[in-house]
Amino acid sequence: MNTRILHIASNTFREAVRDRVLYNLIAFALLLSGAAILVGQISIEIEKLVVINLGLTAVSLFGIVIAIFIGIGLVSKEIEKRTLYTILSRPVRRWEFIVGKFLGLAGTLVVNTFFMAIGVYGALFYVAHKFVRADSLILIALYFIVLQFLIICSLSLLFSSFSSPLLSAVFAFSLFVIGSFAEDLRGFARMAHGLTRWLATGAAYLVPNFSAFNIVSSIAHEQPVALQLVLHNTLYALFYAAMAISGAVLIFENRNLK
Amino acid sequence: MRRRNTSIVAAACLIVFLAASVFVLHHSDKIRPQSTLQEVLYISSPQVLKRASLGYSGLLADIYWTRAVQYFGVHQLHRSKNFGLLAPLLEITTQLDPHLVVAYEFGASFLAPTPPEGAGEPERAVELMQYGIQNNPGNWHLYYDLGFVYSMNLKDYKGAAEAFEKGSQLPDAHPWLRLMAAQMAEHGGDVDTARMMWTATYQNSTDDLIKKNAEAHLKSLRVDEDVKHLDELVSGFRSRTGRNPASIAELASAAGLRGLPADPEGKPYKITSDGRVEVRDPDDFPFATEGLPPGYTPAPKFR
Repeated sequence: MNTRILHIASNTFREAVRDRVLYNLIAFALLLSGAAILVGQISIEIEKLVVINLGLTAVSLFGIVIAIFIGIGLVSKEIEKRTLYTILSRPVRRWEFIVGKFLGLAGTLVVNTFFMAIGVYGALFYVAHKFVRADSLILIALYFIVLQFLIICSLSLLFSSFSSPLLSAVFAFSLFVIGSFAEDLRGFARMAHGLTRWLATGAAYLVPNFSAFNIVSSIAHEQPVALQLVLHNTLYALFYAAMAISGAVLIFENRNLK
Repeated sequence: MRRRNTSIVAAACLIVFLAASVFVLHHSDKIRPQSTLQEVLYISSPQVLKRASLGYSGLLADIYWTRAVQYFGVHQLHRSKNFGLLAPLLEITTQLDPHLVVAYEFGASFLAPTPPEGAGEPERAVELMQYGIQNNPGNWHLYYDLGFVYSMNLKDYKGAAEAFEKGSQLPDAHPWLRLMAAQMAEHGGDVDTARMMWTATYQNSTDDLIKKNAEAHLKSLRVDEDVKHLDELVSGFRSRTGRNPASIAELASAAGLRGLPADPEGKPYKITSDGRVEVRDPDDFPFATEGLPPGYTPAPKFR
């Protein structure tokens, strides 16, 4: 890979660490250990389920919040601090800057998810006292969560390339919510007729569809995941993220930075 | 130096005001109506909740299940006769996560018994189990629990036999299910059938709470049988001697029993001055219907 992109990515990662992003791991650890101890006392027979559901939901939500709040400032902060001009005055192309930023944020989230995964497995061992083969399915759920992050990172970056941080956050979060309802949007499209049907179908395919990525509940019940779904989700996330990054590059390349 | 003093004052203020706010909140809790949250279901539609969960419905189901358990526990402890929110809480839980089998198994046993032991809604328990079977068709435990509700709470032995029969056809079903289907069809309300069901429950469950509950039922069934048998011996003694036996020892001696007849906890039964056979400690057998002192109110029990 292009070394300039790698430098930008590693600097983005370092910046995120310097911004104490990984401090969320402390909150995550407290949340999981608290739940693991408390739920056994106030509920019946769902200790392991709660650790998996809560653990994976927290991994997902913490990551999404980080992806949005770091992602929206990736470009605008560099412009505000005027560091972008220093970078672009060197032999760095604009698209390399965008791709590097994306990879840096994605890397931060992967590292964050890795540590959280250790936390989830630790809490699981605490409540179940052993691991079973089905626990390995959690890795697939974590993989799908990371794929979700890639999409959200790319969208945050896309909005950051032309809008203010506040509006970018609103746009990115709205798309996350709409993406969670994408299946309903498709259902609505099927019921509609004529132009409305075309528009609704178009919108349903345009917004990110997160429903296929959320397999937390079925993983908690040890239901296997089809290999085909893994392949389809991987391709979908890569294509969608690439599409959003391309959009960000397109806007950023044509943006007047003077 | 001045900055250090300010820091000390600020730290002291932080602690003092935190303590003051906790104190005030603690006192205001006393004047507010209790269990406000327990009795309110802000969103009653499972569909709305499922959509609002943004895909994280599994965690929300766990939260609602915990809430249902807490709701049932608190109401049973206070010997309440109204469990109005229990069925909606269970319906929300199972619609948020249709594969949460524990919510069907325990939920039915919360709903079916008459108050204050349960909500007294066996029909809703049946609906809950049927929804559970629809979503988990390969789980024979759910058929067993459905048959249990039909038999024990609705006294619908035909329905129970059908549920056991259907469950027994599943590949990994316990062999007892077929036996129970036949037993239910022929001898629905027998004590032997009840004993068989509780024994199956004890043997098939891995949950301590369910095992203890089944054990308590089995012990109580034995007490019921023992007391009926001893009552017959007392009647015989009375017809022979014209008086009640003075003690359980006298009855045992007169009836030629080996040792003193004792309850499942090993405590000998006692005979009251009016000739009734009673257990020493009624709290040991929360489900017994015989051998209890007149007017005895049992402690809260499960199922």
